[in-house]
Amino acid sequence: MQTDWIFIGIFLLIGIIFPTVPIVAAWFLAPKKPNAKKYETYECGIETVGDTWVQFKMQYYIFALVFVIFDVETVFLFPWAVAFNFMSFFMVFEGVVFIALLAGGLVYAWRKGALEWV
Amino acid sequence: MPEFNAEAAGNIFIYLYELLGWFLEKQLGIIHPVVAVIQTLAAILTVATFALLLPIFTIWLERKVAGRFQDRLGPNRVGPFGLLQSFADVFKLLTKEDITPTGADKWVYNLAPMLSVVSVIAIWAVVPFASTMIGTNVNVGILYVVAVSGLGTIAIKMGGWSSNNKFALLGAFRTVAQLVSYEVPMIVALLVPVLLAGSMGMQDIVNAQGAAWFIVSAPLAALIFFITSVAEIGRAPFDLLEAESEIVAGFHIEYTGMKFGMWMLGEFLHAFTICVLTAVVFLGGWQGPFAKEVPVLGVVYFLLKSFAVYFVVIWVRSTLPRIRIDHLLSFNWKFLVPLSLAVLVVTALVQKAMVEFLPDAGVVGRAVALFAANILLALLVGEFIRRGAREVRERVEAEGAHGGHPEESAHDEHGAAHAPAH
Repeated sequence: MQTDWIFIGIFLLIGIIFPTVPIVAAWFLAPKKPNAKKYETYECGIETVGDTWVQFKMQYYIFALVFVIFDVETVFLFPWAVAFNFMSFFMVFEGVVFIALLAGGLVYAWRKGALEWV
Repeated sequence: MPEFNAEAAGNIFIYLYELLGWFLEKQLGIIHPVVAVIQTLAAILTVATFALLLPIFTIWLERKVAGRFQDRLGPNRVGPFGLLQSFADVFKLLTKEDITPTGADKWVYNLAPMLSVVSVIAIWAVVPFASTMIGTNVNVGILYVVAVSGLGTIAIKMGGWSSNNKFALLGAFRTVAQLVSYEVPMIVALLVPVLLAGSMGMQDIVNAQGAAWFIVSAPLAALIFFITSVAEIGRAPFDLLEAESEIVAGFHIEYTGMKFGMWMLGEFLHAFTICVLTAVVFLGGWQGPFAKEVPVLGVVYFLLKSFAVYFVVIWVRSTLPRIRIDHLLSFNWKFLVPLSLAVLVVTALVQKAMVEFLPDAGVVGRAVALFAANILLALLVGEFIRRGAREVRERVEAEGAHGGHPEESAHDEHGAAHAPAH
């Protein structure tokens, strides 16, 4: 059990080293001829106006919020699915009730217009 | 020295693993714990190198197949059949200047492409190649895969936000809306095989598919998983995050040279990884004739299935036009999410009912019952959609008769590749 996670830890370390190697290699091999124009923000040939980091369309945040709710609740379903073979019919039904509550939340968000792209 | 016989030949990778251990311990006299560490490192390096070299081949494959779909030859200049094209591309990327634009958030900007590769490579730690070959068989395999691939979304967001470019930011925001939304039905679709196998371990899920692959007992879940995975890798028809005709290249617009190469690597590796997951979870992974006795055959089956799914992904990509962002999100939240929840409920109830009331049915009997239940559900949903579409059509026709603009309202329901202004 513990060795599994040590394995994954080492795997992640090697996963970090692997993409670093070509980037470092490119650092030595690639030409470096800096000039101010080259490092400007790209925008179809015209100079960019104002800051990029500004307030953004609200809709994206609403979808992100709906996602957070659903993601957390689906994670609760994983233990239920794993224990499925040891459960009686009644316990399975309880899981179904939980899913129905989830679906109720979806219907609420739908009715409130949170799922509309405006 | 470990004996080399027919059994060892069928299990060649484990044999090599043991041979390495024997050589280090008996011949060089290294103590056991160190040998174990070296063995593990060798195994990790093999899997990670295999995963990293795969895109070199899959990029060639994709360009070749996409070329055929578009009635042209595809790459055929560098090496036999153009096989060395990807190497040429890598060398070209290596010699390109590395640019970090002024005003970019340097740390985040440079870390993002690496994170995108790491998030995909990490998945390969739990991919079962054969009955005896798996990086590590953690008991929460599926959950680990979901968690790690979620990092890819953060990487894209980091890249888009730190570039300080409006196109990149638009691409990043679209990514968050799209990837995050499609993750919900994907997780619910993955719950179905977990429920049927009674375990989250990858090897347990493959073992549970000995009699019938999960694509038989859960065809709808497989379909939902496939659609959402295509959205997760940001491929056509879900390629809004880098839509060339709208936001130039999306989140990786400012990247050049090898950092851009890392984005490409991460993307193509992710595409193939998704196919591997589909093969493992729904198409029986390494299962096949004699795969248990001869594990090397299992690797062949596993790769054949993965490449078959990959072909379908390329096929979908060359066939369908890009969809609009409002359609993309409605399709997910108003169709895929309710459908996936319904599939989960139906699967749970039918499976438990079969176990409780028809215990003699066996695995195959349960698979047939689940297949029938899935088909029934699909027909029901189809009828439901047909009715909804008819209602909309009638409403539109009524409006048209009163001098309205039928095209405009019809567009909201059936429109295809059209880009809205933000």
